[in-house]
Amino acid sequence: MMGGSGSTSDSCIEVSGLGKSFGDVTAVDGISFTVRRGELFGFLGPNGAGKTTTINMLTGLARPDRGSLRVGGIDCTRNPKAAQHLIGVVPDESNLYPELNGFDNLCFCGGLYGMRSAERKKRASELLVLFGLEEAGKRRFAEYSRGMKRRLTIAAGIVHRPPVLFLDEPTSGIDVQSARRIRSMLGELHRSGTTVFLTTHYIEEAERMCDRVAFIVGGRIVREDSVARLLHPVMGREVVAVSVAATERIDLGGLAGAFPDYALTVEAGDVLRVESKEPVRVGALVRFLEEQGVQVTEARRKRQSLEDVFVAVTGIGAETMRKEKGGRKGA
Amino acid sequence: MKRLTAFFSILGKDMRAYYFKPPNISWGLLFPVVWAGMFFIKSGGGAENIVSVLPGMVALSILFGTTSMLAVTVTFERKAKAFERLLLAPIPLGMLMLAKTGGAILFGVLNAFIPFLVGLFLADLSGVAWSVALPAIVMLAVVSAFFGLFVSVSVSEVFEAQTFSNFFRFPMIFLCGLFFPISDLPAYLQPLSYLLPLTYGADILHAAIAGKGTMPPGLDFLALFLFGLLLYLLTLRSIHRRWIL
Ligand SMILES: Nc1ncnc2c1ncn2[C@@H]1O[C@H](COP(=O)(O)OP(=O)(O)OP(=O)(O)O)[C@@H](O)[C@H]1O
Ligand SMILES: [Mg+2]
Repeated sequence: MMGGSGSTSDSCIEVSGLGKSFGDVTAVDGISFTVRRGELFGFLGPNGAGKTTTINMLTGLARPDRGSLRVGGIDCTRNPKAAQHLIGVVPDESNLYPELNGFDNLCFCGGLYGMRSAERKKRASELLVLFGLEEAGKRRFAEYSRGMKRRLTIAAGIVHRPPVLFLDEPTSGIDVQSARRIRSMLGELHRSGTTVFLTTHYIEEAERMCDRVAFIVGGRIVREDSVARLLHPVMGREVVAVSVAATERIDLGGLAGAFPDYALTVEAGDVLRVESKEPVRVGALVRFLEEQGVQVTEARRKRQSLEDVFVAVTGIGAETMRKEKGGRKGA
Repeated sequence: MKRLTAFFSILGKDMRAYYFKPPNISWGLLFPVVWAGMFFIKSGGGAENIVSVLPGMVALSILFGTTSMLAVTVTFERKAKAFERLLLAPIPLGMLMLAKTGGAILFGVLNAFIPFLVGLFLADLSGVAWSVALPAIVMLAVVSAFFGLFVSVSVSEVFEAQTFSNFFRFPMIFLCGLFFPISDLPAYLQPLSYLLPLTYGADILHAAIAGKGTMPPGLDFLALFLFGLLLYLLTLRSIHRRWIL
C-alpha cells in the first residue's frame, strides 16, 4: 500500500520543527512528529495547547512561521494548499450550511472535491444511512441537534473518500451513544486503510482507538509514542487498590515495615493504593490489615490507563482534562 | 475538470441559497427603480427622458444587484466558519474568488435588463448600441462584484460589510454621472468622480443608450479593466494575508 511520492513510503504526515505564533502568543512551539500511513494518531492536550492550530497548518488553513510539513508525501511548507486534494477535515465546530438540508450539504461538499453529480448524490444517500440521518436528510442543517450536526459534519469530511482524515475533537459535547457510533465509524475507516489524525480531550477515547498518541502542552509535544509502549512501563508494575471501611485506622508505618517492596498511598474514598514491581501478595496484605482491625471491603488489581500516563508525563490532572470535555474555553 | 465541478458547485449553491431569494431580489430590484423614478419625476417626465434616465438606472441596478448580497454572504459565511470549507477545498484561491463573485456577477447582469424591460414599454429603445452596452454591463458587473468582495474581505462583521459598502455606494449615485453630468458637480468633487469605476461604466452606458458619452469608450473600458484588476489583486492579497492565518 504505497502512494504519493513521499520520501518515506511509510510516512503520511511528517512534521518537523513546526512553529506558529499569534502576536505574543506562541501557539505551536517547534513540534516534530510522524504519522505513518494507515495509522490512527491521537493528539492529546488541554485547552489552548495548540491542537487546532496544528491541524490548521496541516490542512492549509494556516501558514507555519517555521518548520516544515509534508502530507501524503507532498511538501506543504510553502504552499498550504498543495495536498488538499488528499485530505478530509472535520473541524472543531460543526460548520455546514445552515440553510441547506443534510443531503444538499453533503452533495455540495462532494462537489468541492470535484465529484460528479450522480456520484455525489449516491454517496450522500449512502452516508446519511451510515450515520443514521436518513430521516434528517431533507431537513435544514440549522434544525439539527448538536449530535446530528456533529455526525453530518463528520460525514461531510469523508464524502470524497480522502486517504487522510483530520478530526478536531470529533466527539466533544455529544451524548454517549452518538460518540460510540462515531468511534466505531472511525475504527472502520481506520481498518479500511485511512490515515486518521485526531485531536481529543478524552484520554480514554485515545487509549481505546489510537495506535499512537502525542501529548501536547503549551505548544510543545511532551511525549509521543505508541499507546502500547506508553502503557508498557506500567505493565511490568502492579497496582492494587484496596478499599477499606475506614482509612484513618491504617497504620501506614507498620504496613510499610511489613511490605517494604510496596509503594503505599492512601487515596480519597477510603482506598489504599499499593504499587509494586513484583506481583502483589493480596492475601497477605488483606490479612495484615484485618489483624490491624481494618475492615477490607474490596481488593482490586488496577490496570494502568493512558490517563495515568498522561498525568505522570504532563503533570496535568485528569480532572482538568475532564472538566474541559464540554469544550469550555479558558480558565 | 475537478476544479470546474467545484467552481460550479459553489456558484450553483450561492445562486440557490442567496441570490434568487426574495430579500435579495427586492433589494436588487426595488432600490434602483425607486431612485430612477425619483430622478425621472424630478426631470419632468416624458418619453425622451426615459432614455436619459435609463443608463443611470442600469448602472444602479448592476451596482446594487452585485453588492447587496455578496459582501453580506461572505462575512456571514466567515463568521459561521462555513467559509473554511471553501478554503479547505483543493481549488486555487483565485478560482474560489471567481466562483464566489460569479453568482453576484450573473445576478447583476440579469438585474441590468430589468430597467431595459421597463423602458421597452415606455420609450423607443431601437437606438441602443447593444454591441457596446452588453460588454459594458458585464464589465461593470464584474468590477462591482470585485468591489463587493473587496469590502467583504476587509471587514469581519456583517453590519460592517453593509456600512462599508453603503459608504461607497450612496455617494456613487451622485458622483458618477448616473443621472446628471459630472460637469454639473462642484469643481472640487469632480476629481473624486474619476477615481470611481462606476463613472466609466455609466459613461459607456450613456454613450450606448443615449449617445451621450463624455469619454472615448475605449478609454472607459480600459479604466474599468484596470479597476477590476486592481480590486482582484487587492482582494487576493487580502485573502492570502488575513484568511490563511
Ligand atoms: N487566530 C488566533 N489569534 C490569536 N491567537 C490564537 C489564534 N488561534 C489560536 N490562538 C492561540 O493559540 C493558542 C493555541 O490555540 P489552539 O486553538 O490551537 O488550542 P487547542 O489546543 O485547539 O485548544 P482547545 O482544546 O481549546 O480547542 C491559544 O493560546 C490561543 O489563544
Ligand atoms: Mg481546538
